[in-house]
Amino acid sequence: MGILEVKDVNKRFGGLQALGKVNLSVAENSCHAIIGPNGAGKSTLLNCLVGKLIPDTGSVMFDGQSVLGRTPFEINQMGISRVFQTPEIFGDLTVMENMLIPCFARRDGSFALHGIRSVISEAELRDQAESMLEEVNMIDKRDMHSASMSRGDKRRLEMAMCLVQNPKLLLLDEPTAGMARADTNNTIDLLKEIKEKRNITIAIIEHDMHVVFSLAERITVLAQGTPLVEDTPENIKGHPKVKEAYLGEAA
Amino acid sequence: MFGLNKKDASLLLIVAGLVAFAPFLLNPFPEGSAMAQFNAGYPDLMQRFVIFGIFAIGFNILFGLTGYLSFGHAAFLGVGSYAAVWMFKLLSMNVLPAIVLAVITAGAFALIIGYVSLRRSGIYFSILTLAFAQMSFALAYSVLTPITGGETGLQLALDDPRILESASASEGNIPVPGLFGLEMRDSFEMVMGSWVFTFNFGYYFCAVIMLIAFYLSIRIFRSPFGMMLRAIKSNQQRLNYTGVNPRPYTLAAFVISGMYAGLAGGLMASMDPLAGAERMFWTASGEVVLMTILGGVGTLIGPVLGAGMIKYMENIISKINSDILHGWFAFLPDGLEDLVVTMIYPFIGKGWHLTLGIVFMLVVIFLPGGLVEGGQKLANLFGRKKADNPKSASTEPAE
Ligand SMILES: Nc1ncnc2c1ncn2[C@@H]1O[C@H](COP(=O)(O)OP(=O)(O)OP(=O)(O)O)[C@@H](O)[C@H]1O
Ligand SMILES: [Mg+2]
Repeated sequence: MGILEVKDVNKRFGGLQALGKVNLSVAENSCHAIIGPNGAGKSTLLNCLVGKLIPDTGSVMFDGQSVLGRTPFEINQMGISRVFQTPEIFGDLTVMENMLIPCFARRDGSFALHGIRSVISEAELRDQAESMLEEVNMIDKRDMHSASMSRGDKRRLEMAMCLVQNPKLLLLDEPTAGMARADTNNTIDLLKEIKEKRNITIAIIEHDMHVVFSLAERITVLAQGTPLVEDTPENIKGHPKVKEAYLGEAA
Repeated sequence: MFGLNKKDASLLLIVAGLVAFAPFLLNPFPEGSAMAQFNAGYPDLMQRFVIFGIFAIGFNILFGLTGYLSFGHAAFLGVGSYAAVWMFKLLSMNVLPAIVLAVITAGAFALIIGYVSLRRSGIYFSILTLAFAQMSFALAYSVLTPITGGETGLQLALDDPRILESASASEGNIPVPGLFGLEMRDSFEMVMGSWVFTFNFGYYFCAVIMLIAFYLSIRIFRSPFGMMLRAIKSNQQRLNYTGVNPRPYTLAAFVISGMYAGLAGGLMASMDPLAGAERMFWTASGEVVLMTILGGVGTLIGPVLGAGMIKYMENIISKINSDILHGWFAFLPDGLEDLVVTMIYPFIGKGWHLTLGIVFMLVVIFLPGGLVEGGQKLANLFGRKKADNPKSASTEPAE
């Protein structure tokens, strides 16, 4: 039994079958990549895992509990954090404040009314946030207005915001899209380091095969909403079906 | 100090100083001079400055932090006023129980209206709050007449029970609101040469409460709760996927700002113990939006400045009439005098709304951050001048 079990998930958008009979099992403490051509349904699948979309049929179990019917914040409280395809951060807040919000959410749950104690006095959480910023090499930007940062930095910040929560499962939707090569390599190193240090399961959607083959222990290939194959990176590399899915229309 | 950092503490002290010396600061012109027209240091108006300051501070906690624009906040002000007057009628003329009940009732109202309205966001939220406020206005004006006094408003009467004060009713006058023997209308006049300064107990009572309200709002702005509210304004999606439920936070902010409005309403009734439905009319809700935007949305002091500015214009500009204008421009040749007066006339008296509209447009276009941004720009300008040319700065005092 994996930490994440997706069974027979279907999702239609009007006439379009975005997901058809998707089965997926992600083992605990592994890194599982989901690849596939544009429009294959990768983001849709992720949305079904975090409560943004509800599958028409099928079940999604995380850590032995169903996530279906739960709101996104409840699912996050269960231990799933997600990085979006386009960076979603708090643009009006500073980098440090961006980091503090997940810290508060982890400690106090989905709602806590502390209107009088000041943020400054939360030394423990500030330390947590700062050491995470150090880990992702952003400590020098702590007082920066986060909207004014580069796209790569925003992605890194978003990842740090997810990691500081110590999630059991980290979902990454194309975390290196739009990054320079050097930044991509930094991200790979960061994720490897994180995986060694903590008990964390990672599910990653990625087009960049360099990233996929550097990180993934298992790969699922999705095409037109259905998984084609699931295997180890070595076996996927030369798989004829995979080549067909990626090059099929062109060939 | 008081758990504030240095910058916030000095802001609080400055505001406290301004409020304490307002009777002097607002009366800069000698009595009887032509400029005495612009004096604002009389109790009635000063009370209104601080009461609407409280209203706007509370509104800013909702609008400035979460970005949810309520168009119905006057409803809570009205509810607070009614609650306070009822307390005067039933219990005693002491303002404290009246104000407490005003805050609680407005908070309860805000909880219900907020719970429903916050199911939507953006323009739909604004329209829902507007609809609720207009419904409250209509109810207060007609169906609820036994509770609200309908068209005439809710007033005190000689035969009100006032169970804690049976003795005073025998005097034959309707008693006035007070605080343990001190009456809200008590005033002390100080004459200095041709200047007259009025110190009014009601004003200072409201001023102290405004300072407390202002202090609490600073604490809220700097708290984790305040940070969450700003996060809601910034990106609700991210907040949801970070394990935070935005709904109770926005509802809490809505209720808190409703309680501030109720407090303002209760103070209004304490200064002048009557309450009418017009306090809940939509224009009153719009006014607090203008105050907040004019002063600076999301800034600490902005709403207070905006409230002061609008109340000043409402009370001072609206009192200028054509006779006064003729007096000012009497030095011009007759034809020219008439022309100038005719040109200015639409902007004074009842036309003060026109002036307000123009000021509002200018501020929104040139100072999107409101008066606070204007102040910062001025400060930067002077700061830079000093840095560029230290000599000129040092010679300035000699001039
Ligand atoms: N909310 C929606 N409503 C209607 N159709 C949608 C919706 N979301 C996705 N789709 C469609 O579902 C299909 C799968 O989209 P999805 O975003 O999951 O693809 P993807 O694999 O993430 O692609 P990419 O690599 O471009 O990110 C696409 O054809 C898309 O147009
Ligand atoms: Mg996608």
